[in-house]
Amino acid sequence: MDLFNSVFIAKASFIGVIFLITLGVAAYSTYFERKIAAFMQDRIGPDRAGPFGILQPLADAVKMFMKEDFIPANSNKWLFIMGPCLSMLTALMTSAVVPFGDTITMGDVTFDLQGIDVNIGILWVFGIVSLGVYGILIGGWASNNKYSLLGAIRAASQNISYELAMGLSIIAILMMTGSLSTKAIVEAQQNGHWNILYQPMGFIIFLICAFAECNRTPFDLPECETELIGGYHTEYSSMKLGFYLFAEYINMFISGAVMATLYFGGYDYPGIGFVTEQLGATAATLIGAGALIGKALAFVFIFMWVRWTLPRFRYDQLMGLGWSGLIPLAMFNILVTGLGVLLDQQILIGIGGVVVFIAGIVVYDQLFVKKKLA
Amino acid sequence: MEISNIWYFLSGLTLLSALMVVLAKNPIHSVLYLVFTFFCISGHYVLLNAQFLMAVNIIVYAGAIMVLFLFVIMMFDLRKNQPESKSNLTKLAGSVVAGSLLVVLIALVRQNNMVPPRASGFASQTGMVETLGKVLYSEYLLPFELVSILFFVAMVGAVLLGKREAGERNF
Repeated sequence: MDLFNSVFIAKASFIGVIFLITLGVAAYSTYFERKIAAFMQDRIGPDRAGPFGILQPLADAVKMFMKEDFIPANSNKWLFIMGPCLSMLTALMTSAVVPFGDTITMGDVTFDLQGIDVNIGILWVFGIVSLGVYGILIGGWASNNKYSLLGAIRAASQNISYELAMGLSIIAILMMTGSLSTKAIVEAQQNGHWNILYQPMGFIIFLICAFAECNRTPFDLPECETELIGGYHTEYSSMKLGFYLFAEYINMFISGAVMATLYFGGYDYPGIGFVTEQLGATAATLIGAGALIGKALAFVFIFMWVRWTLPRFRYDQLMGLGWSGLIPLAMFNILVTGLGVLLDQQILIGIGGVVVFIAGIVVYDQLFVKKKLA
Repeated sequence: MEISNIWYFLSGLTLLSALMVVLAKNPIHSVLYLVFTFFCISGHYVLLNAQFLMAVNIIVYAGAIMVLFLFVIMMFDLRKNQPESKSNLTKLAGSVVAGSLLVVLIALVRQNNMVPPRASGFASQTGMVETLGKVLYSEYLLPFELVSILFFVAMVGAVLLGKREAGERNF
């Protein structure tokens, strides 16, 4: 069969590598999450398994697999099992369209460091993100527990609400690039023309929505311990719980990679021309892939940093921020971007938009919000 | 593998899951089968090289509308609302109505002598975003804008219905 030619093998091994990197990063995210939490709370954190506790994820995995796998008596058994599976599946599918690097030539074969280069790349990300809620929703309902159901319902409404603002912030990027393909978006940002310079407001909106879509603090109401015991995974134990937690870390890494792709130049890094001259194109591409992963890891760190810094929102505050805060802001951003594209002054108008917005907030606050007399 | 084999497999899967939507006893299972049906239909779009429609179908139907469906059905107390079974008269009436609809459809297809599209003349780029966008914004601009106004009216209506009136309680 000509299906199994060298391009196929190259693609398959590339996807395998991405898979392993994703899982490895997710496993070690749990370790670093605990270390960072410990640092912020002036503790030591895990330090028993291996030097500095670096074998902790392994120990955790062994513990998870060894625990009793419990399925509640009145639950819907198949859906109960399907929940964590769907969560893992949707978490791992997004990375297919992230361009991890430029082309690599091996022998006589040239291939992209990207799973699939479709011309709807960013819509793929958006579609998979919108499916991500099914795992939580099904698992929460199948547990036959009121707390799980409440967690699942919170997750569903939160994800649907923040998807809108996320989509609107992506539209501003599309207006500038003129293509839905993630590869084209990255190529438009080469040599330091990163979208963060043109789209500061869009990036902030996207970042907040990414927090909400990953169910991370301050938006972790689906698993809010103080109100819902454990939220949607109250009834889960053993590796099924492990998969839910693991999917969250994978989502963090992948959303970091997507943010790096959309706003921070993807695999672009300073001095790419110099490296290509000195070491050859392959080395430059591999360093680029490393740069992208580094950027994604920086975002994972920001996710953790925020988690151990900010308290959780109240539910009505969450909905208020999504619907009456971020969506109008994203619309304003689209207008500003449109003006920028029209006048061909994108950096100036992008930053001007932020200034006008902040000035508008201050003026509104001074004129219309009644202050409590101290 | 022949591409037509994929088509047969996908179509069979679509019909099977669509049947299961109707036949499943549990409403949640019905909704999940419906979601799966949408995925199969998206697969058909991919076979037609219409990637944009595939993505939009997943985002809008599987990702948003069906989540809301599931959301609402989960709120019901299923054990209380399950009727034991419908009466025989209802079943009979349903079969008669569905059967006559089938007859009408078959008659329509036979009368019209539908010509199947030829694969050789099919432009492979028809379903791509660029082509679709150009057609929508040039040839079909007025219908497109009218549809968007319709959506806007529906949205305003939904917001108006959902809005709490003065003095009304939270829930």
